[in-house]
Amino acid sequence: MIDLVAGTIILIGAAFSLVAGIGLYRLPDIFVRMHAATKAGTLGAGLVLLAIAIDSQDLGVITRAIAGLGFLLLTAPVAAHLLGRAAYLSRAELWSGTSIDELADKYDADGRRLAGTPENSLQSVTRDNPNPG
Amino acid sequence: MEEFGANFLHGSILFAYGGMIVSFALTVYRLLRGPTPADRVVALDMLALLGIGFIGLFSISTGEYAFLDVAIALALVGFLATIAFARYVYRSALQEHHKHPTEGTGGET
Repeated sequence: MIDLVAGTIILIGAAFSLVAGIGLYRLPDIFVRMHAATKAGTLGAGLVLLAIAIDSQDLGVITRAIAGLGFLLLTAPVAAHLLGRAAYLSRAELWSGTSIDELADKYDADGRRLAGTPENSLQSVTRDNPNPG
Repeated sequence: MEEFGANFLHGSILFAYGGMIVSFALTVYRLLRGPTPADRVVALDMLALLGIGFIGLFSISTGEYAFLDVAIALALVGFLATIAFARYVYRSALQEHHKHPTEGTGGET
């Protein structure tokens, strides 16, 4: 019975990995591709870890598998957010079918802070240290 | 029933290997093709995730659960690598801007 559940979860995880790969190959611009790689890819690897936790029946292995799964789920969005921000600020080309770009004209010319927002801590940090790096 | 379960697990592991290999090939295509550095970083991130998946499948099919530690370490390294590359993309964008400061902001196409 446990084998059946673990096998089903592995199949679902493999399907998600495959969908992520196809998305990375087919989708038109980096932001859309990132959406495929981050969500479907994380789920693909995470479901395999979950299948290990179900199949092993050993407390140490279950703990490590769940810890790995939690780590993946925590870090993937952070990495994707940083990467998406960097890609946007490096003026990655948007797909021609993009209907709305809410960040257009929101960043100042340096790309370091959001222009037109009220005084906030980010701006004062930028002003105190105008040339980081 | 017991035997069917073991066979099913074995078959699904084989199927999962196949799916992940196809996904691996498509990701490597994106890694080589680009076109922007950020695309390559996304592909590298995805390769790390696929590596975790492969290691997980291997540790299930052999029962050698020590490989799980390798998968966790790979997740850590992949996360840090993605962050470092994102910073690199951001920094090079800033330098590019200082060289050509007249360009507009945003991602107009």
